[in-house]
Amino acid sequence: MMVDLGKYAGTVLSAYGVSLVLIGGIVALSLWRARRMKAQLRAVEERVKHGL
Amino acid sequence: MSALLIRDLRLALRAGGGFGLGLVFFLILVALVAFGVGPQGALLSSIAPGMLWVGALLSCLLSLDRILALDYEDGSLDLLATAPLPLEAVVSIKGLAHWLTTGLPLVVVAPALGVLMNLAGPGYLWLVLSLLVGTPALSTIGTFGAALTVGLKRGGLLMSLLVLPLYVPTLIFGAEVARRGAEGLSVATPLALLGGITCGTIALLPFASAAVLRVNLR
Amino acid sequence: MASIWRYANPKKFIETSDRVLPVIAWGAVAALVVGLVWGFFFTPEDYRQGSTVKIIYIHVPAAMMAINAWAMMLVASLIWLVRRHHVSALAARAAAPVGAVMTVIALATGAIWGQPMWGTWWAWDPRLTSFLILFLFYLGYSALWAAVEDDDTAADLTAILCIVGSVFALLSRYAVNFWNQGLHQGASVMRAGAIAGDTQERVSNVFAAPLFVCMAGFVLLFVALVLLRTQTEIRARRMRALLARERMG
Repeated sequence: MMVDLGKYAGTVLSAYGVSLVLIGGIVALSLWRARRMKAQLRAVEERVKHGL
Repeated sequence: MSALLIRDLRLALRAGGGFGLGLVFFLILVALVAFGVGPQGALLSSIAPGMLWVGALLSCLLSLDRILALDYEDGSLDLLATAPLPLEAVVSIKGLAHWLTTGLPLVVVAPALGVLMNLAGPGYLWLVLSLLVGTPALSTIGTFGAALTVGLKRGGLLMSLLVLPLYVPTLIFGAEVARRGAEGLSVATPLALLGGITCGTIALLPFASAAVLRVNLR
Repeated sequence: MASIWRYANPKKFIETSDRVLPVIAWGAVAALVVGLVWGFFFTPEDYRQGSTVKIIYIHVPAAMMAINAWAMMLVASLIWLVRRHHVSALAARAAAPVGAVMTVIALATGAIWGQPMWGTWWAWDPRLTSFLILFLFYLGYSALWAAVEDDDTAADLTAILCIVGSVFALLSRYAVNFWNQGLHQGASVMRAGAIAGDTQERVSNVFAAPLFVCMAGFVLLFVALVLLRTQTEIRARRMRALLARERMG
């Protein structure tokens, strides 16, 4: 099902597209950094615990 | 306090202190605007108040990092911080010294550059008056920016990024006074608001600057 | 004693936020999907704006969050300065990029909408200009965090910058209003007339219901992102501390 957006289809779709890309970007970046930092911290903690 | 002021003024005026560079920058900027816009008197005349204000603001920005950086490097800032003089007073004096060596000369040369920009007749008085009222705010806000970034390597660019948004209200009201003055309109409201901003920043911002400086000297 | 300050303990914060984060995140996804699908597929066109009215479901919540994110950073900065809770400072740091993205979304959707409606991408209208200035404040704030090496120094400096910046952002808002009266319509979502039933000016009910769902979705999304990013900042800080201790021997 597709709504008829009339003559403003490009306008509406590009607004939604830009916004979803930006929101997706910040979410992906946050998730990626969270995962990487978790792994790095675990590695460092292991190393410290086992006395190098 | 006056000893500190005199010392700062002397350092700024000495050769290599950078005094006058801001003025030359202001002159070059005005010339560049004219080159960029083209030699059309009417157009230059209509943008003159705003361009002169932007030029004054950028010239002011140029010398901000000198307010504290030199004293930070040679350690005299640490001495000042432990001196009986409160740090709020020190930053106020620093701001005043910056205004006397940068802001005031800009006010004095602005009418001459107004001629180059084809500024309309009644505009000169209001341009000078608005700069006279507004530039102290620029120096005070700039001291805050300098205090924020004093310990940083490559702090200059960051300081511009931090200070320029803070300059927006001053610029808007200052340029508005000059523009309305040049067009022969009433300038009372923007001039009052500009004066309010200047008084407010001079009264309150030194506390923030001193707090930030204490953090940076910790 | 159950007190909100318990969560100032980083460990406690991570434990608790780990538990509530999935709920909030999925709540955000659900609200956004429902609100946007409802708004996009099941609302009529506006008789003047045509289908561009559908942009409101992103534009208005993003603009709202752009301002609220800064307000949240201001509160967190004050808490850091008064009570010295590290989580608070890190939460402010975590919120800044999210707020900046919201500002960009509000500006971008506004520009795309303005092109056919006002006939221009950009106008130096008070609201647009204020948002541009707000974006600059977000950039400066984040840049200062990144530039200062010592964590506590950075937290102090950015907190004071946030407070001073808030004052100047408000000043700019009024200065810009004075400078140009503007093109942008007034805020019509929460206007008193909406309750009184003045159908001319308010956003009508057909559009309002999905809009409120979208607003809830954006709020939840913001909270989820800030919680997640604060966790990351806490871990990054802990790792820097561990590495520093290791280097000391």
